[in-house]
Amino acid sequence: MTTQILIAGFGGQGILFAGKFLANKGLLEGRQLSWLPSYGPEMRGGTANCSVVLSDEPVGSPIVNKPDVLIVMNLPSLDKYEDAVVPGGTIFVDSTLIGRKVRRNDVRVFYLPATQLAQRNGIATLANMIMIGKVLKECDFTGFDNIEDAVRTVVSAKHADLFDVNLKALKLGYES
Amino acid sequence: MAKVLMKGNEAIAEAAIRAGCRHYFGYPITPQTELAAYMAKRMPKIGGVFLQAESEIAAINMVYGVAATGRRVMTSSSSPGVSLKQEGISYIAGSDLPALIVNVQRGGPGLGGIQPSQSDYFQATKGGGHGDYHLIVLAPCSVQEMADMTALSFDLADKYRVPSMLLADGTIGQMMEPVELPAPQEPVFEEKDWAVTGTKCQRPHHIVNSLYLVPEELEKKNFERFETYRSIEENEVRYEAFRMEDAEYCVVAFGIAARVAKNAIVAARNEGIKVGLIRPITLWPFPKKALADAAKQCKAFLSVELSMGQMIEDVKLAIDCSRPVQLCNRAGGMIPSPDEVLASIRELCRKAQQEV
Amino acid sequence: MTVFEKPKSLTDAELHYCPGCTHGIIHRLVAEAIDALGIEGRTIGVAPVGCAVMAYNYFACDMVEAAHGRAPAMATGIKRSLPDRIVFTYQGDGDLASIGMAETVHAATRNENITVIFVNNAIYGMTGGQMAPTSLPGQVTQTSPYGRDVATAGYPVKVAELLSGLDGPEFIARVAVNNVKNVNNAKKVIQKAFQNQIDGKGFSLVEVVSACPTNWGMTPQKALEWIDEKMIPYYPLGTYKDKSAAEEAAK
Repeated sequence: MTTQILIAGFGGQGILFAGKFLANKGLLEGRQLSWLPSYGPEMRGGTANCSVVLSDEPVGSPIVNKPDVLIVMNLPSLDKYEDAVVPGGTIFVDSTLIGRKVRRNDVRVFYLPATQLAQRNGIATLANMIMIGKVLKECDFTGFDNIEDAVRTVVSAKHADLFDVNLKALKLGYES
Repeated sequence: MAKVLMKGNEAIAEAAIRAGCRHYFGYPITPQTELAAYMAKRMPKIGGVFLQAESEIAAINMVYGVAATGRRVMTSSSSPGVSLKQEGISYIAGSDLPALIVNVQRGGPGLGGIQPSQSDYFQATKGGGHGDYHLIVLAPCSVQEMADMTALSFDLADKYRVPSMLLADGTIGQMMEPVELPAPQEPVFEEKDWAVTGTKCQRPHHIVNSLYLVPEELEKKNFERFETYRSIEENEVRYEAFRMEDAEYCVVAFGIAARVAKNAIVAARNEGIKVGLIRPITLWPFPKKALADAAKQCKAFLSVELSMGQMIEDVKLAIDCSRPVQLCNRAGGMIPSPDEVLASIRELCRKAQQEV
Repeated sequence: MTVFEKPKSLTDAELHYCPGCTHGIIHRLVAEAIDALGIEGRTIGVAPVGCAVMAYNYFACDMVEAAHGRAPAMATGIKRSLPDRIVFTYQGDGDLASIGMAETVHAATRNENITVIFVNNAIYGMTGGQMAPTSLPGQVTQTSPYGRDVATAGYPVKVAELLSGLDGPEFIARVAVNNVKNVNNAKKVIQKAFQNQIDGKGFSLVEVVSACPTNWGMTPQKALEWIDEKMIPYYPLGTYKDKSAAEEAAK
């Protein structure tokens, strides 16, 4: 099975970090994978997206043109990628930041006020991981197991203090 | 050794260190900066040298200096920066020195863009700087190959005393994949009978030089160098054949384009089109024979490139224009989707059938 | 009895320089310094592009031939690879002060532990007498046939003054080789520039004001006089920077 995931939003929302978490989780599960960031001159505030492919076979193209799973954290990203999602695919929408509904009716859609949830729970910068928690709950390409190990890898030793809040965010998303 | 998740650019840096390279000279440019940053972090910890040069020109000439002493040395840059290095590369080639130059390509010409491209193919494979010379050019298509081919590039450069180039692109440089790194190898410093290390007043002086004012001598030097190139062409061609056993159509692509092409080939096979891929791993020497052999079984060829069509010329030459060769390309930092490549395969197939 | 001998650090190759050219003297001074310091076996020289391009045939130590202007970068590579060797560059004015200015300034500002011998003869010699970055205002050359017009060609680059404004370099001096007294002084200064490297002090550059009778269109004798009359007034001799000496004095 191959799952193509596209995460998109503004720079600074932790789009690439969220992708790294999924990639590390895939690595821990011994899967084939690729993680590809958009890169550009804007370090913060510009658009950012990240392609993650998880597969049981060697990954062909690392560029996700037709996502099975789309996670969007701003309106321009929904506008841009909604039509690219494969029929039967899944779209996760941060409904705090995106006012409109998904127009397609051949995909599963989950709306989650992730940014608002993050703010209310004192983890304002971790709406990205709340979204991912929801993805882990609603999709079956990977489970909620060994999230601790994946978080530990992705936060790195330098930012070990961020371990707990990332777990908290994932759980918030998973339970909502 | 367990696999780790690394960016392509970082994998090159770590693999170079593990291959015993302790000298890196560079200048910042997107999209290869992670490589320099990695070296800046690691080299001082292992007794190596990281130096951010005043320009790409200075960096390649520092490389030239270290190479003259017989030690493993490298630089990395991206397209506009690699253009600046061409003078130094020509001198290194003309002085028969081994060195590694990494080009993580971006769109051009001029300042171009920063998104991935393969439009430095001509520059890399046909010389690039002035004079008659070649580089050994390797084209990785995964993070694992970024690591493996870094070590291979050093080995080949040392073996033939020819500078080698790793020709990657922004996608492979920026992407992360699991990679198994080779075991670290301590730097070996063998006395070379050509290197400048000081005579110890015990031998005649060595001269590292590319100047031959007597044309007969320069001609002789060039002929000798091309003997080396011939031997590289005989022994060092590398390529991957994918689904070629029964292929009637042949896609030719390298680097990231080959990854996209593989998806398209799987999809085309599902439609019943017998298509395969030849992925040149060495762009120079080019896998001419593999393509000539493919021409015996294939009706038509498709060159998939992130350029206006550069490698396609070598494909045509390799098969002596005996079969139609079409181009499927995007340029300026764009990458074709698997669907676009699939459409080109269908078109190739349709045209070939019309001709019959 | 003192026998006048050729320095060990020069090969037996016949020099190709023009009659009256001062490169021969400067080669000799460099070789004498290498001999005096006993470093021939661990010295590596970097030849420039310019009249001294074939210096690699004349110095008996290991030699490399750099691209035009890139000698300080190449020397940097060699020195970083082999820090216990003595590395020097031998460069002309076009090489060092025009095409290679970036490499010069940055090797200096890094205080790269190398020795730079900079031969300033105010002209491009090898290519046949074109205007150099150090050609004097009004100086007639092949590419300034009406004299160097500072309004369009700018002013000469005063390398010693320019580099001594940097915090990095250890030692910057200007000498001349147009008479016995100046040659004797140049010898001392060049030796110091090598000694500095041996002592690990860093970037040491000696600018040598030199003659090019052929391209100046003068007799050798007249050319030496012209150095006194025209060159030295524009390029005053002396030590421009000596970091260690300054620190010593400050104590």
